[in-house]
Amino acid sequence: MKSPTVPQSGAPKRRVLRAALAIASLTAIVALAGCASATQSTSTGTAGFKKAAQNNSSTITVWADSTRLPAVQAYQTSHPNAKLNIVTYDGSADGSTYLQTKVQLFDRTGKGWPDVVFASPTDVTWASKATSPSAQAFAAPVDELVPSSTINNFAKGSLTPCQYNGHTYCLRNDIAQVVTWYNKTLFDKFGYTVPTTWEQYQALGAQVAKDHPGYVLGWVGDSNSQESYFWSSQCPAFDLVQPNTLRVALGSTDCTRMATLLDSMIANKSISTQASNNATFIKQTAPKVLMAVGPSWYGQYIFNLGFKTPAGQIAAANPMTWSGDTTAATGNVGGGVWMISSHSTNLKAATAITSWLTTSDANQGSAPTYPAYGPAAKTWLANPANSKYFAADVSGAFTTAANEVWTGWSNTKFSDATAWSSVVLPALTAGKTLTATLPAWQAAIVDEAKSVGYTVTTK
Amino acid sequence: MTALNTGGRLMAPTAPSPARRRTPRRRAGLAGYLFVSGYAILLVAFGIYPTLFAGYLALTNDRGQFTGLNQFVKVIQDYRFGPAFTNILVYLVMWLVILVVLTVVVAVILRSRMKPGLSSVFRFLFYIPGALAGVASVLVWMFMLDPGVSPVSGLLNALGLSTFSQVIAPQSLPVIFVFIAFWTGAGGWIVVMYGALNNIPDEILEAARVDGAGPWKSAWFIQIPMISKWIAYMTILAFAAGTQLFVEPQLLQSASLGRLNPTWSPNQLAYVLAFQFGDFNGAAAVSIFLLAIGLVGAGILVTRSGLFKAGDE
Repeated sequence: MKSPTVPQSGAPKRRVLRAALAIASLTAIVALAGCASATQSTSTGTAGFKKAAQNNSSTITVWADSTRLPAVQAYQTSHPNAKLNIVTYDGSADGSTYLQTKVQLFDRTGKGWPDVVFASPTDVTWASKATSPSAQAFAAPVDELVPSSTINNFAKGSLTPCQYNGHTYCLRNDIAQVVTWYNKTLFDKFGYTVPTTWEQYQALGAQVAKDHPGYVLGWVGDSNSQESYFWSSQCPAFDLVQPNTLRVALGSTDCTRMATLLDSMIANKSISTQASNNATFIKQTAPKVLMAVGPSWYGQYIFNLGFKTPAGQIAAANPMTWSGDTTAATGNVGGGVWMISSHSTNLKAATAITSWLTTSDANQGSAPTYPAYGPAAKTWLANPANSKYFAADVSGAFTTAANEVWTGWSNTKFSDATAWSSVVLPALTAGKTLTATLPAWQAAIVDEAKSVGYTVTTK
Repeated sequence: MTALNTGGRLMAPTAPSPARRRTPRRRAGLAGYLFVSGYAILLVAFGIYPTLFAGYLALTNDRGQFTGLNQFVKVIQDYRFGPAFTNILVYLVMWLVILVVLTVVVAVILRSRMKPGLSSVFRFLFYIPGALAGVASVLVWMFMLDPGVSPVSGLLNALGLSTFSQVIAPQSLPVIFVFIAFWTGAGGWIVVMYGALNNIPDEILEAARVDGAGPWKSAWFIQIPMISKWIAYMTILAFAAGTQLFVEPQLLQSASLGRLNPTWSPNQLAYVLAFQFGDFNGAAAVSIFLLAIGLVGAGILVTRSGLFKAGDE
């Protein structure tokens, strides 16, 4: 295989050098040439909601999570003429970005969008804006599709995550106000009283650790535990002070007081750092859960379905306050929304099913979660099926808490679960305290916020 | 030693090489092009074109304007870039060292220190996990790693790990991914190495034995040097596959409900940039970085090991 032009021994090196020089100079030219900025286009509002050509008999595609799937199926049963293509997906729970990923792709291919989706409030932050200069925002402004009287009937503040630029881009399915859950049977047996302040909660933790080791007053290992505890503490972790300015101030006393409280209870093991869906936790700790600070859906989902706690034991009390505080504040854990696609070719059918799902007594009166639509919430509370599991009437706690959700924890363009789950929870597992982890949590939130374009203040 | 060198040269890792030596001039025929065309078309459509398109995306922004190297500068400055590439580097070093050492040692033992029947049983056993598709094997590992359901929970408990979240602590992740990769990938390579060892003519080993070389000396001075090109070949492919790590961290991330950094590996970072932030240009820049690293790594290994010089006179 000898070629006629046998290179001399030094030649290959020289050739490499020459090539390297050529690449380097080319790189320099490219770099020095007047290049455009690499930053992404900032999406403009949605002034141009252009309806697709409408066809009132076309089939609509509905995406729902497994929890709301029965509701969609019930719609099909009660409306046999509706042409539905029902798809189950993860519903954007736990910081999933499945819907966003798919819509990015549909926007590029120009087809494939579902007509109606169940999603998390976080999704509305991107769905209300165009993903690229050529795309149209995924969510249709529902205020142009449903009567304003319907919109006005939603619980106070429950549509805030849906609103952008003067339009409403989603209808809230449910709210998830944080209440104080307790096991009445165990409380009576041990002779404890349900704490009404956080200080009493902490004191009870010390008492339980001493008298009944192994029993817990809650857990912080879920991907949404920060919403139960730090939101209730009015911690400014995700505070949109202006539409594009996010205040992340985990050094504030409103955050450190909760971190200190939880640290002391984690230390004496009256609070678990495990996740409530963990097999070991369900087997060993779930029967010893005395209390839990968590959303209204904890009753059915965690205690009834997850822990299999027998009926007649669990009850709910009003959110706890800090001693000295005059107003109670509480958190909100999830609560889904329904969005209608702006690309739908059958907006009439899409609007009909969305309205039915969010506002009808037929659906919401027996919904698995607390309805955001005011009249439906009354029906829901009056429905014996929603209360028969509990040891006492929960409607008082639910109604009180619904009005006490603190509004300083904003719906941001990124999920509030990512930093908590991937930074704080592994640190807790490794034995670090929450107080010591607050700076790392703060840094992770700030990084995320900046990467999606927020101006961040930390004071 | 002359005999050894000749042997080394005869051991061409690519099949056509010896043939090429004897027939330097060939008749160009239509059939040849026809046979090559199938692969060539697919390569252009799904290999070359996407690469060029990624290059185009990496040099422009989402308005189609030319940005020079700004996309690369932007992704390097991204707070997730450094950690992702550090993670993959740590993983790669561990994975390649363990892969090379263990597969070669196991292949040598199976070839020369074991009865043929038993050896083939072991080769079959080692190969089985590789038959599971990528996602399925990760799912198997999720059960293995959760002390609540794991068949080896006793072992995990002995290591002081009583919950799934303790097992998937950030500092353990490279080790976990090396375990999964080794479990699924090494069996195939052990079979390949075994085949390479089979290619060594018995006379050479015989001659070594006559010269007084024991089994370990034979392995170290004869067998391993004679399969060094296969080892280089394996390293190149394992390196390229290793930089692409995606399924394992992605699945573990969703299975643990987000207890892993969603941008643990560079490929995940590219995925998040493209599909979560709609930044296809930045994602393309990350993928070009991966391409460059893979090419440089392969280039060094190819030139250092003389992998493609096999058939040359």
